[in-house]
Amino acid sequence: MPDWFGALPEITLLVFAVAVILLDLFIARKGILAVVSVIGLLVCGLFSWSFWYVRLSFFNDMLVSDSFSVFFKLLFLGISLLLILASTDYVSKFKRFQGEYYALILLATVGMMLMAAATDLISLYISLELASISLYVLVSFLKDKKSTEASLKYLLLGAIASAVLLYGMALVFGATGETGLGAIAQTIQSLSLEGVMDHPALMVGIVLMIAGFGFKIAAVPFQMWVPDVYEGAPTTITAFLSVASKAAGFAIILRIFYSAFYVPVWLGHNWGIIYAALAVIGMTAGNIAAIPQTNIKRMLGYSSIAQAGYLLVGLAAVGVFPAFSSFDYGLLAQSGILFFLASYALTNLGAFIAIIAISRKIDSDEITDYAGMGRRSPWLALALTLCLISLIGIPPAAGFMAKFFIFSAAVKTGLLWLVVIAAFNSVISAYYYLRVVKVMWFSEPPAAAPSENISPSFTPVLALSLCCLGVLLLGIIPGLLMRIAELVSHLLPL
Amino acid sequence: MEFNALSTILFLPAAGAIVIALMKGASDSLVKRVAAVFTVVPFMLSLYLFIAFDRSSSMAGVFQFEENYLWIAPLGARYHLGVDGLSMPLLLLTAFLGFLAVLISWKVHERPREFFAWLLLLETSIIGVFISLDLLLFFIMWEIEVIPMYFLISIWGSGRREYSAIKYVIYTLFGSALMLAGILSLYFTTNSLNMVDIANQGLGMMQTAMAPTIIFFALFIGFAVKLPMFPFHTWLPDAHTDAPTAVSVMLAGVLIKMGGYGMMRLCVSMFPDVAVQYAQPLIILALVGIVYGAAVTLMQKDIKRLIAYSSISHMGYVLLGIFALGNLSLNGAALQMFSHGIVTGLLFAMAGLVIHNIEVRDLTKLGGLARQVPVMTAIFSIAGLASLGLPTTSGFAAEFLVFLGSYTSGVVPNIQIYTVIAIAGVVLTAGYILWMLQQAFFGPVKEEFSHVKDADGLEKFYTFILIAVIMLVGIYPAILTDVFKLGIAPIVKLIGG
Repeated sequence: MPDWFGALPEITLLVFAVAVILLDLFIARKGILAVVSVIGLLVCGLFSWSFWYVRLSFFNDMLVSDSFSVFFKLLFLGISLLLILASTDYVSKFKRFQGEYYALILLATVGMMLMAAATDLISLYISLELASISLYVLVSFLKDKKSTEASLKYLLLGAIASAVLLYGMALVFGATGETGLGAIAQTIQSLSLEGVMDHPALMVGIVLMIAGFGFKIAAVPFQMWVPDVYEGAPTTITAFLSVASKAAGFAIILRIFYSAFYVPVWLGHNWGIIYAALAVIGMTAGNIAAIPQTNIKRMLGYSSIAQAGYLLVGLAAVGVFPAFSSFDYGLLAQSGILFFLASYALTNLGAFIAIIAISRKIDSDEITDYAGMGRRSPWLALALTLCLISLIGIPPAAGFMAKFFIFSAAVKTGLLWLVVIAAFNSVISAYYYLRVVKVMWFSEPPAAAPSENISPSFTPVLALSLCCLGVLLLGIIPGLLMRIAELVSHLLPL
Repeated sequence: MEFNALSTILFLPAAGAIVIALMKGASDSLVKRVAAVFTVVPFMLSLYLFIAFDRSSSMAGVFQFEENYLWIAPLGARYHLGVDGLSMPLLLLTAFLGFLAVLISWKVHERPREFFAWLLLLETSIIGVFISLDLLLFFIMWEIEVIPMYFLISIWGSGRREYSAIKYVIYTLFGSALMLAGILSLYFTTNSLNMVDIANQGLGMMQTAMAPTIIFFALFIGFAVKLPMFPFHTWLPDAHTDAPTAVSVMLAGVLIKMGGYGMMRLCVSMFPDVAVQYAQPLIILALVGIVYGAAVTLMQKDIKRLIAYSSISHMGYVLLGIFALGNLSLNGAALQMFSHGIVTGLLFAMAGLVIHNIEVRDLTKLGGLARQVPVMTAIFSIAGLASLGLPTTSGFAAEFLVFLGSYTSGVVPNIQIYTVIAIAGVVLTAGYILWMLQQAFFGPVKEEFSHVKDADGLEKFYTFILIAVIMLVGIYPAILTDVFKLGIAPIVKLIGG
């Protein structure tokens, strides 16, 4: 079997991305490009899925294909698929470069897939940059003042974050002499406790890496870019950033910290506590900052900071496990994170797709302009309400099960205090999510309501329906996905 | 396949909600009829279950009509329903008031489809709380109720409805956040979500040294917010005052009973030692609620707000009965929950009727209505007398049992003094009820009310049913206590009182 065979899914998607750019030159009807992209995602998904049962390590252990990476690959592909379906109306806003829009989404997806598969610091950094640079360009796609500013901000801050990350990686490499995650883990384990203490470079490196990844997942205090970028970027890309980019960040964190820095126990404990602190700050700051927002995209930006905080609760639980328990509790927290990411992806995508459709109707992202939406288009309002309820974490939506799963893992690892803080944060969040619900259902529609003839076309409705169905299914019968998430976590080797 | 009666009762209202939501363009009266059908069938079924319920003493602590299926394997959560002596009457009460709430709402004209859909969804979630035997299912049902309430108060309420609605939601979620922490800790320490197992095996299932006191209070505060217990009660007057009539009936009738039920089912059953240890301070809070609630009630001028504050006082008796921890007092508390449900349900229905027909809710502006609306006056008076505990009404039976049980309970020291203080609350109750009746219905006749309509046929129908039940329970309380005692016997055994 040739070495590149393991990268078949990524290569396929890359080919499709290039094909979309080339086809763009010859084809007048840009809708076909969306069809080609969707086909590419489906084929790639099929290939990825076929790797579910095998574990391949290739390119000199730079990349690996295991069920952990397959889980994330399928997640990214699903997100991109829903996003492209939802974009078909929205792209009419772009006068040019529709082909590049689809191609860049595919390229970003390739980058994220490689992030989930990377087992070496070098391949990891390269795939991260592939995803990031594609996203920098996508953010600026509206080509207006806000969008350009957002893109520039994202680019500059992203570059700083990359530099910090790279510096951290360099320090870890300097301390251990290795770039492969497995080799790093072996080197750290072979050091005695004093030996690790004698390597402050290692500690600093780990902290710098936490900071670098913190940018990707929008953890406070590395979140400064979020509100402006979320507001300025095309709404589809905001959705992409809020779910796919975040999931990729967590995939990479789980991979690195679980494979390289998990043993000895006190090391895991230390970064676990760091993540617990980041979780508290993130949840609280995100939720409180979201309350005064009047723009729904900005509000969801802060909300995504808070949601990252809930996910960090899970990450803290992965690191901190009580000495008297087995490793199983850390595994439980991991599967909780995977489940949360999947349900959050569906929920947030659903919310953003509904927002895209509503904004097309009213041509505004201000929450007050959503007045009377419950009567003007009840199904869109209902879908958005369901997604917001899921974001609060009220059953029967998926968000509740996700929180229950992560929180129960955290309680088992002795982090009851963190769970209490997180649960209170959910209460705070109810206030601003429900404000949107309130405006949609209880306020009278404006007297001079704009013409109602814009209704979303078939594909966004399909994407939205799939999201809402998924949110309800994961909320009522989450067993199957939980089982898969557990399986994946068990197979992620130390 | 066997017939799953409890699931049918649980999901018929929800199914009705979906049917109504999909009935686009249907006439209002059709919507109401569909809602009535989807609530009367669960009521009939639960009445049947109540009659078929095995009352022999060997069934103490045994759950009947159980349904138990695997639901979420990785968490060990099961779809587990069942009723014992404690929950059976509460299930009946919920289904009963759920049906009456539809009749009470017959005159809702604003967006009726949405209104009845939410109302039916609310019924499903409350029923779910009373019959769930799995902690996760219990908590989910507990949480679902927030959303219908939020919509019902915000859209169909009056006054500062949006403020009251969000206040209700925030209070409830605050309570359930702690409750979630408690349930997760319980799940962690016992590795089980089965409420029956945890109650039966008690702390024997505890695998780690997590302090039971913490878990007890995490759960307790969640329930105390809902009950509501002083000092967590401030959401209740606002929510009640601004809610539409049928929602007030459901809220006072069954929703706040979820708190008392939860305390008995989870707190006292699973942590009897902690309950005994902390009984005194909790009883003192109950007394503050009784006296303070009644004192504040005396000063109310808004008719609905007055009844709302009286609920705080009456729920204090429930709390007293529970934490006196005696056999009789627990039975009394359970009976008081049922009795308060129907009595206050009737009071709110009548208050809603007064506000609807007369369009005045300020008691100082009402007066002399006895001549003009004799039927309403009679019904309101009966409800008021039942509320202050007149013999032959259910209120008397329940309060008598609470006081007798508390006074004779040997578990808590100084309980006699506490009971005497609580009885003083009854005097205040008599004060505000009689003052309210006098202000609204007696005194000089006022000209401006001379064209006010009296209760019509439908309103007479549902109020007479409620009066009949109040009398029945008042004269023959054993019809309920025979059932309650089966559910309470195992709790009493745990306490050893």
